[in-house]
Amino acid sequence: MAASLTPAEILNSSDERRVGATPLVTLTLRIRRFNPQVSEEPWWDEFTIQVDPYERLVEALHQVKWHHDGTLTFRRSCAHGICGSDAMVINGRNALACKILVKDVAPKVTIEPIRGLAVLKDLIVDMEPFFDGYRAVLPYLVNDEETERERVQTPQERERYDDTTKCILCAACTTSCPIFWSDETYIGPAAIVNAHRFIFDSRDRAPRERLGILSEKTGVFRCRTTFNCTDACPRGIEVTKAIQEVKRAVLFDRP
Amino acid sequence: MSTEIKRKGRFGPLYKGHEGQYSWLLHRVTGLAIILFLFAHVVDTAVVGWGPDAYNRVASVYHNPFIRMLELGLVAAVLYHSFNGVKIMLIDFFPRLTRHIRFLDIATAVLFVGSMIPITWIMGSAIVELLLEG
Repeated sequence: MAASLTPAEILNSSDERRVGATPLVTLTLRIRRFNPQVSEEPWWDEFTIQVDPYERLVEALHQVKWHHDGTLTFRRSCAHGICGSDAMVINGRNALACKILVKDVAPKVTIEPIRGLAVLKDLIVDMEPFFDGYRAVLPYLVNDEETERERVQTPQERERYDDTTKCILCAACTTSCPIFWSDETYIGPAAIVNAHRFIFDSRDRAPRERLGILSEKTGVFRCRTTFNCTDACPRGIEVTKAIQEVKRAVLFDRP
Repeated sequence: MSTEIKRKGRFGPLYKGHEGQYSWLLHRVTGLAIILFLFAHVVDTAVVGWGPDAYNRVASVYHNPFIRMLELGLVAAVLYHSFNGVKIMLIDFFPRLTRHIRFLDIATAVLFVGSMIPITWIMGSAIVELLLEG
C-alpha cells in the first residue's frame, strides 16, 4: 500500500489496497446443505476459494454464493454482529459468521445450521419455536401506573439487568443447549435472558407473572447448567448466570 | 480463482462444548448406571425372602472378579455423581459462582481422581487376590 494515498483514495481503490496489503489465503468451506426440492437428505458441499484473511467468514460465504453457487442459502443482514441473523455452527461451535475472521479458521472451516430447530434450506432454520419461547415471557415493560414524569432508576437498579439488555436474539445460546436439542418445548436460554431483563427491572410490574411462566416444567428448571450458552453468546452475556438468578428468584418468589 | 466442489456423507462433528457439556453428559451416564445397579440390588436383596441359601447363592456373584470390577465402576459412578451434584447445587444457590465454573469443574475432577486413586488401589488389590486364587 502506497503511503501517499489519502483515506478516501484507499477506500475508492479497495482492490489495489487488498492486493498490496494482505495476500489472499486459500479457504475450504465445508458446508452442510439441505434442499427438500433436491433431496430429502442433507449433504455436505466443499468450496475452496481465495479470500482476504482479514475478511469475516460471512464475506467468504458471500463469495461462494455470488460467484460459485447461487443456491447456497443463509440469513444475514447487517453483517456487523448486531442484527443476529447469521448464527451458525462454525467448526462445531455456535457463532456469528460476521464475527469470525477468515484468518482464525483458515485453511478449512466446517459450517452447519444451528441445531434443535428444523432446517428449511441450507443454513436457514425455522426460528418460530425460538420466538414462541421469547414471546411467552412477556418481553416488554409492564407498568400501567399513571405518572407525570419519567420513571427514575438508580444506577444500582439499572446495573441488575444491564448484562441481559445486550441480547440480539440470534439464537446462538438456545441452539447450543443440549436440553433444547432434545426438547423444543423448553423455553431456552434466550427467552430466560429476555425475561431476566424485565424481572429485575425496578420499573416493571409483572415480574411474578414471568416467574410463574418460568417455573413451569418447560421453564428455567430444565436448565442443567452445561454452560454451552454462555460460551456461545456472541455478545458476551453471562447467560447461565442470568438463568441461575431467575431460578433463585423463582425459588424464593421474589425478583 | 479455483473452486472445488465435493459431496460427502451426512454426519457432522459433535458440538464442541466445554467442560460443562461433558460433565453434564457424565452426570447423566453415571446417574443411569447407578439407577440400573439399584434395580439389580433390589432384586438380589429381595431373594433373601427365599431363605439364606438362596440369598448366599445370588450374593456369591459378588465374588466374581469381573463383577468386582463393575463394583469399582459403581463406586466411581457414585463418587463422580455426588461431587458433581454438589457443584451443581453450589452454582444453583450462588449464581455468582458461575464466573468460576472452570475452577469448580477442575476442582470436581481433581477431587474425583484424587479419591479414586486410593479406592482403586484398595479394591483393585482385592480383585487381583481373587484372580490369583483362581
